[in-house]
Amino acid sequence: MEFFERFAIPNASPLIYASMVAIGLTVVAIVIGLTYFKKWGYLWKEWLTTVDHKRIGIMYIISALLMLFRGGVDAVMMRLQTAVPDNSFLDAQHYNEVFTTHGVVMIMFMAMAFIIGMMNFVVPLQIGARDVAFPRLNAISFWLYFTGAMLFNISFVIGGSPDAGWTNYFPLAGTDFSETVGINYYMWALQISGIGTLMTGINFIVTIIKMRAPGMKLMKMPMFTWASLITNAIIVFAFPVLTIALLMGTFDRQFGTHFFASTNGGMDMLWANLFWVWGHPEVYILILPAFGVYSEVISTFSGRNLYGYKSMVASMVLISFMSFLVWVHHFFTMGHGALVNGIFSITTMAIAVPTGIKIFNWLLTMWKGKIRFTVPMLYSVGFIPLFTIGGVTGVMLAIASADYQYHNTMFLVAHFHNVIIPGVVFAMLAGLTYWWPKMFGFMLNERIGKWGFWFLSIGFCLAFFPMYITGLDGQARRMYTYSAETGFGPLNMVSFIGAGLMAIAFILIVYNVYYSFRHSPRNVGQDPWNARSLEWATPNPVPHYNFAVDPVVNSSEAFWDAKKNGHVLFPEKIKKIHMPNNSGLPIILAGFFFIFGFSFVFSIWVGVIIAALGIIGCLAYRSFEKDPGHYISREEILETEKKLGGASNEN
Amino acid sequence: MRFKWIVFSSLLLLTTILAGCEPLLVLNPKGPQAETTASVIWISIITMAFIVIIVITLLIIMLVKYRASKQPDDYEPPHIKGNPILEAIIVIVPVLIVTFLSIMSVKSTYEVESVPDGYEDQDPLIIYASSSNWKWHFSYPEQDVETVNYVFFPTNRPVEFRLYSYGPITSFWIPQLAGQKYAMADMITKINLVAESPGDYMGRNANFSGKGFAENTFTATALSPDEFDKWVGEIHSTAEPLTEDEFNKLLEPGHLGKMTFTGTHLSFAPAPEGENAGHHHHMESDQDHSMESDQDHSEHSSH
Repeated sequence: MEFFERFAIPNASPLIYASMVAIGLTVVAIVIGLTYFKKWGYLWKEWLTTVDHKRIGIMYIISALLMLFRGGVDAVMMRLQTAVPDNSFLDAQHYNEVFTTHGVVMIMFMAMAFIIGMMNFVVPLQIGARDVAFPRLNAISFWLYFTGAMLFNISFVIGGSPDAGWTNYFPLAGTDFSETVGINYYMWALQISGIGTLMTGINFIVTIIKMRAPGMKLMKMPMFTWASLITNAIIVFAFPVLTIALLMGTFDRQFGTHFFASTNGGMDMLWANLFWVWGHPEVYILILPAFGVYSEVISTFSGRNLYGYKSMVASMVLISFMSFLVWVHHFFTMGHGALVNGIFSITTMAIAVPTGIKIFNWLLTMWKGKIRFTVPMLYSVGFIPLFTIGGVTGVMLAIASADYQYHNTMFLVAHFHNVIIPGVVFAMLAGLTYWWPKMFGFMLNERIGKWGFWFLSIGFCLAFFPMYITGLDGQARRMYTYSAETGFGPLNMVSFIGAGLMAIAFILIVYNVYYSFRHSPRNVGQDPWNARSLEWATPNPVPHYNFAVDPVVNSSEAFWDAKKNGHVLFPEKIKKIHMPNNSGLPIILAGFFFIFGFSFVFSIWVGVIIAALGIIGCLAYRSFEKDPGHYISREEILETEKKLGGASNEN
Repeated sequence: MRFKWIVFSSLLLLTTILAGCEPLLVLNPKGPQAETTASVIWISIITMAFIVIIVITLLIIMLVKYRASKQPDDYEPPHIKGNPILEAIIVIVPVLIVTFLSIMSVKSTYEVESVPDGYEDQDPLIIYASSSNWKWHFSYPEQDVETVNYVFFPTNRPVEFRLYSYGPITSFWIPQLAGQKYAMADMITKINLVAESPGDYMGRNANFSGKGFAENTFTATALSPDEFDKWVGEIHSTAEPLTEDEFNKLLEPGHLGKMTFTGTHLSFAPAPEGENAGHHHHMESDQDHSMESDQDHSEHSSH
């Protein structure tokens, strides 16, 4: 019995027990459902073992939406708790856990998964490839991410959630002040999914450098692919810092080292520095793919080529470089003098210049265009003013002296939600709606989609703009409650109403999937949006092998050229296609990683050793495994193309 | 329809901001440091509002003028390569704005980090402010008194707060007098401020530090120099002396009301400055410290 005591929740509440029951029932329902409909085989063969970049992308996006739900519930709980003064819906400890998991889930498991899912689905199609460079590795990346996400999400029902904020500053996150296993979960969940992300970074750099269609020079890549290339370069440079910081944190917590302690030669400021040396580039890892999506969407629905292609690329390269030179602005108040703060203040503001260039380029893309207000375009049009507000408040925060007043307040919270929601979340919803017909062969309903957009935008404004004001009025972030005399009450109530509208938006977006699945026509054709870039040269939904024939490209808008200027995309005849085989190894490997992480969290060393042997075993098996892939015959391709009405059926 | 919404929501935002202006603590400064930050904030708000208005105006023009419903069916948008002059403008204007703000940032940061103008000649009043879960301890070495969760200081005299923490990183913040700064366990950080009008000001720890963080507040009271001296005198005639045992009890996690003592904890638990600072600044003292490795955290600085 003693062995099991460690799994008890330190701060149990009816809410947590209710979630336990809900999780249990959901799992039972899924298992019964799969068994009843005899879908286990389908699930295993078609999804769990797949190495197809499109299916991996879709699995990432489904996971991201699940995590959006989880993080969203956390957010609504926080806004509900702070909606009125002296509220007692959540106690301090519970609130601390909720905002910690909200931050981690939203950044690491929602936003990251969404952008990587989008890259997975779109990038190979945009460059005319049949898969990523290392398909098996790609599956491992996904399953490691998924393992990390699940490990993190069980924390609140087994052993307790982390409670030191998503920034996890030491010494608060050390064992002196956070005794439960919560922060061990933080360390291992991020570690495991971070390894997956790092491998994604390598995989996509190689894919984009090596696997572009003939004729697609670097400066002829679609903008989303450019954004992805740069993003993955940032991932490869930034994530190793997180890996090491997490490892040092694990050592501090579980093996008694003092890297981040304030005694015995440790340095608490080191964590803050390492965290943000990764953390600030991470912000650009999230936003650059979003910029890529907006570039595609705005260009398509303005009916115009993207304005200032070269300056778009140059500004992203500049942003990626500068993203490593600004991390100190996250702690101007740590007491390094005016000189250091001055330098980092300037580098931070300098990033506003390339970002500004991009905003103006998007505006100039609309200039002389023919703008169609579809759902993806609405998100992009909403993004421009809202993100500009988020951006300029970022410049305000970059002024070091003023930051002494904004830091740690709701002003800061308002700012970063103001860039992440209209920036990343809007972009992902725009991209999802835009590429939906490519994924599933039907369109999402425009009417419900527009309702979703308006609820989300207005909800966003109501939820976050009041925080700028309460921040300037002295409301610190992460306070679980406040007294009535502070006067924060009414504006926090407005925030809560805004959060409610955003929750309705989420429900509408999910309902739209259901509604469109039931009612949307399936004959959307190849080009439902009158789009421009290469991915639209494939049928909808995209066949397993993507392109029946290797495309030949001569601009960043190859599909547009083919439609309007008589460019021949597919000059060759259909030949048999070589494709990689599915493999169950990635999910098995991830299973061992889960056991490894879980055992490590609770210091169950037997489990750690067994899981480590399992991991090594999987790697060894892979080293000796012969996997030549398989061929899809010419006849099969011809038949598929005929059925889908693909671009190359004339061959 | 959508344009009305944009106009409507920006108006709503503006009125909310204006309605909320008057009492906002950060924009209602009571000393030169907070005045500097408040004026920097106002200047940046105005500059930034200018940029936001330009972007929104351009966006509205594009959306109104170039929407599909306004154009003939056969209109084909042109392929536009880019225009060097236009692109130079969208680079140079932001560069100029950022340059202006950078100069303001560096200048004002130096300003708020030093003793305010006109007060350099006076001897600053030194107050050690240390945080423990979830309290603030104020030690006056010169006056030889110590308070918990409230701090008194005279108006129109520079005050130098020396900050450190018994535990997690905290952030010392009196919004109406000066911006915040972190308090950490192994070093001292400093805030220079002057209160120019008497009054009670909200002070708090702004950096999340665990369960009791929300209530980790204190009152900062500025009073005339005479009243301040009188207050110090009263403490010496009424308050109990602070003993080491008593202080260790105060450090235990929890909340306390306002408390007053004679003497300071600095005599038996010196602040982490000079030779008592975290040893990463003083490699030669490594040996002493390694002997204490098993001591509990709260005892760390009582050597």
